[in-house]
Amino acid sequence: MLDKLINWSRVKSPWICHLNTGGCNGCDIEVVASLTPRFDLERFGILIKGTPRHADVLVATGAMTRQIWTRARRIYDQTPEPKFVLAVGSCACSGGVFRGCYNVLGGIDTVMPVNVYVPGCPPRPDAIIFGVLKLLSSLDPKIAKLVEELERKGYGKDIEVKGLTDHGSRKRD
Amino acid sequence: MAEITIPIGPQHPALKEPINITLKVEGEVIVEPILRIGYNHRGIEKAMEARSYIQNIYLAERVCGICSHVHSSTLVQGAEELLELEIPRRGLYIRTIFLELERIHSHLLWLGVAAHEVGFDTLFMYTWRDREIVMDLLELISGNRVNYAMNTVGGTRRDINDEQKKKLLKGMDALEERTKYYVKIATTEPTFLKRVEGVGILKKEVAKKLCAVGPTARGSGLRMDIRKDDPYAAYDEIPFEAITSDLCDVMGRTVVRVKELLEAYKIIKYAVNNLPAGEIRKKARRKIPENEILSYTEAPRGELLYYIKSNGTEKPERVKIRTPTLANIPSTIEMLKGGYIADIPIVFAAMDPCIACMDRVILVDKKNNERSMNWEALRRYGIKWYEVKR
Repeated sequence: MLDKLINWSRVKSPWICHLNTGGCNGCDIEVVASLTPRFDLERFGILIKGTPRHADVLVATGAMTRQIWTRARRIYDQTPEPKFVLAVGSCACSGGVFRGCYNVLGGIDTVMPVNVYVPGCPPRPDAIIFGVLKLLSSLDPKIAKLVEELERKGYGKDIEVKGLTDHGSRKRD
Repeated sequence: MAEITIPIGPQHPALKEPINITLKVEGEVIVEPILRIGYNHRGIEKAMEARSYIQNIYLAERVCGICSHVHSSTLVQGAEELLELEIPRRGLYIRTIFLELERIHSHLLWLGVAAHEVGFDTLFMYTWRDREIVMDLLELISGNRVNYAMNTVGGTRRDINDEQKKKLLKGMDALEERTKYYVKIATTEPTFLKRVEGVGILKKEVAKKLCAVGPTARGSGLRMDIRKDDPYAAYDEIPFEAITSDLCDVMGRTVVRVKELLEAYKIIKYAVNNLPAGEIRKKARRKIPENEILSYTEAPRGELLYYIKSNGTEKPERVKIRTPTLANIPSTIEMLKGGYIADIPIVFAAMDPCIACMDRVILVDKKNNERSMNWEALRRYGIKWYEVKR
């Protein structure tokens, strides 16, 4: 019963924290744009928060640079469980055009486990919203049905979801 | 009163990008701000040396996600000058239209962010809604919202047809009407004025001494605009005004940017109505003769410099990028001094920081006399540097 209540509250208000790990601003602006009137991510109860301690989902953009990775790791550790990481953009997924540069470690997953990969340079706000929906689909069967239907129509097939069950189904301590 | 040190960043709610500001404060007043940059340093300049000019166009676009077109334009312009290539006028006009569309989207974005920093979220939502009009136009012509990939050495890659022209003009009309409303808000709305008037003062002489560029300099009464001073693309044929303001504070910079929006609409309307017929690009050689050049343009944030050294092959020997944000950092430190802690976000936002643009590396103190470092040496240097710092 309590689990059901917790699950319900998680689905209705996943708060996100935006984390730039060395991105070029393109993805960051698209993340902010997805919160503004045209796309309006807030209709899913999603709010952008300043501190990782309030967040459920870390939205990470940009390739991981050598200078920031220790800080990024610390921010990941500060996020309370259960936490999800959404890698937005090609750089965050794999390093993108900067893969192999001397100051770049690679994608976000070199430092923290990533749950959803949203590729694109930069991905449209629609794609970011779809990535969030895919993340939520493991918690809510209604959203799962919607995502499945959209995927059947051919949308968002390149958005990869990984290891959601390890995090999402973790019981409270 | 005792001095207290407050560290802010690299991850913080006010700015979306990583930067660290360490503040020495006495009570509420900032005594000394210390900026630590470089969290976004990826090594683009070195990566450019390993790629051909054509590949570099797409890499240059990814220096910054807001002013992507101006970066590729500057690089392409330099390469064209090295080749002594005459670009078809239609190509130049289309390039100019994109430069101005980008300025509109950047300034609207800035107005929203500035409004958000002073707690005026309604204006933030308004401007970002209107910004979607520009984004739609950019997407209509180029197929992408942020990285347009319009430039190539010798001209532009996509043409503008009649239907797109009509939509451009219609979009400009709609935006002009909205911007007039923003001018009214920015100059009369008391809640906004209270936060921006007399904040972040940068006197004209100081701005000149600290080499401020772009709207930061123009907001302090310095009339410097590369579009006027040394016209590039099609700016020499298009009538427009360089906007300045003598207010010297955040208000001045706001006025400059909002009025520049109105000028940008004028430029686009003129360029669309007088779009010359003909080709959009010329075929260019892959190999660029040995020479060096300083190519510069007026980005939405100020003057952007590219130094390109070619060595007769398909790849440049050295590309140096100096972005406007880096040039404005000294003046921002000056603006923050003596201000209040509560004003940091708006003062910092007033120069329109683009941290992704700015993080370059320069080695000043070198023990050995080698003139350049190769890729592997830089990687080892980076690993060593950050291991010590950790």
